[in-house]
Amino acid sequence: MVRKIYLDNAATTYVSSEVLAEMLPCFNTIYGNANSLHGYGREASAIVDRARDRIAHAIGAAKSNEIYFTSGGTEADNWAIKGIAHAYANKGKHIITSAFEHHAVLDACKQLEAEGYEVTYLPVDKYGIVSIADLIHAIRKDTTLISIMTVNNEVGTIQNIKAIAKTAHEYGIIFHTDAVQAIGAVKINVEDMEIDAMSMSSHKIYGPKGCGALYLKNGVRIENLISGGSQERGKRGGTTNVPAVAGFGKAVEIANRDLVINQQKLKAVRQYFLDKVTERISYIHVNGHPQQKVNSIVNISFEMVEGESILMLLDLAGIAVSTASACTSNSLQPSHVLRAMKVPDEIAQGSIRFSFGKNTTRSDIDYVVDELEKAINQLRSISPITKAGRR
Amino acid sequence: MYSKEIIERFKNPRNAGGLRGANGVGKVGNAACGDIMKVYLLVDDNGIIKDARFKTFGCCAAIASTDVACDLIKGKTLDEALKVTNKQVYDILGEMPQHKIHCSVLAEESIHAAVEDYYKRKDKANKKSAKVDDDED
Repeated sequence: MVRKIYLDNAATTYVSSEVLAEMLPCFNTIYGNANSLHGYGREASAIVDRARDRIAHAIGAAKSNEIYFTSGGTEADNWAIKGIAHAYANKGKHIITSAFEHHAVLDACKQLEAEGYEVTYLPVDKYGIVSIADLIHAIRKDTTLISIMTVNNEVGTIQNIKAIAKTAHEYGIIFHTDAVQAIGAVKINVEDMEIDAMSMSSHKIYGPKGCGALYLKNGVRIENLISGGSQERGKRGGTTNVPAVAGFGKAVEIANRDLVINQQKLKAVRQYFLDKVTERISYIHVNGHPQQKVNSIVNISFEMVEGESILMLLDLAGIAVSTASACTSNSLQPSHVLRAMKVPDEIAQGSIRFSFGKNTTRSDIDYVVDELEKAINQLRSISPITKAGRR
Repeated sequence: MYSKEIIERFKNPRNAGGLRGANGVGKVGNAACGDIMKVYLLVDDNGIIKDARFKTFGCCAAIASTDVACDLIKGKTLDEALKVTNKQVYDILGEMPQHKIHCSVLAEESIHAAVEDYYKRKDKANKKSAKVDDDED
């Protein structure tokens, strides 16, 4: 029997039992349409309201009606970028984001560019940090929206969100952040951090897939992305996915409740992992910021080997990790995140993201590092790149 | 997404490693694009490939493709080796994702590069009547 260890929690997580318990009655007991006027509907609607309250409370929103449920983080990003850009088109058609955002943001920006908008993609430093000076430099009279992610999904770098938001507001610009990887990892208070719009996802925090939300501060205008009903205050049509919303609300509540204890555990696991890997495997580079990062994500480049082959050897040993290298995507270029951080292509090609979960143990790490060392040695033994010949 | 053949060849390649005394060595690809294939040939005086081995930096499909390429040219004449196509590599490996087909193309190119290198060395040796340097193992 091959041991199975899941270290791809930044891709998705399992649904925790507390969350599942919250969802189950919504499938066959409280199954009304939350928009119906009758008792079944009101019962479902109450569940949705409670989930909205829980999320608003967890992120420090002033009002629950500032939370709009979506089909996930990608929809929330698309809606925020396109919806806000369109709503303020009369003021200007310039948007600022960073070069290493999630593709949900980057591709939405690309679509706006095709419509005639201009987008500035701010560079990041080698740790993945956006500079406030660069941001100020990029701001124009016609800039209407700045979107910078709170936590990067590939390397875990945490941005200086409050400073970025403050800067945006000094120039009267709306600030949006993709916080999909941040919920449960860093304390978020949208009021204190001056966030106008924020994307969230359920399945990264032990909630169900296919559910997310956009926090939109009252007063910020947005054009609808999905028309077709009066749901979500007439801003997002479609019958509310009550079981998923119920689970998402519970998941956010738990993520917030257990944030400190989970982070303490993850910090220890991360350090244990890094110490062992550094001791056992040479010619490696840990990508991301050494301090300003989340504890759940570690991104390492292994020189002289290619990432997908590491992933596959680990998979054969029952270990799930991820890579954003050329081979997993359809292009030959390595991850846009590592490129933005100026990691040389040939080193970026050998990068693996390990993302720990709240149940990851030291014994898991022991097994993973043993298998990782074997995999790297095996691949290096057949690599035409030699230690002497590497750059 | 990968066939059993690819996984098996990736896990336990039959021809991986350098080749002492190789008299034809071809290298194609580059690390920035994620693939480097190096094929080592041992060609006898009659122009028959007695042995072929490889070293590859790349994904499963790249490693498996080079492994198959070595199998396809062992025991063949140099002319026969030059006729090996990426289609043959592909057919042995079975199903592979569309964007991985370039691995089989690269494998074909690596054979060509190795054969070319053999001829180049031979040419040089004839001119100088000097001993051909062994490649690293």
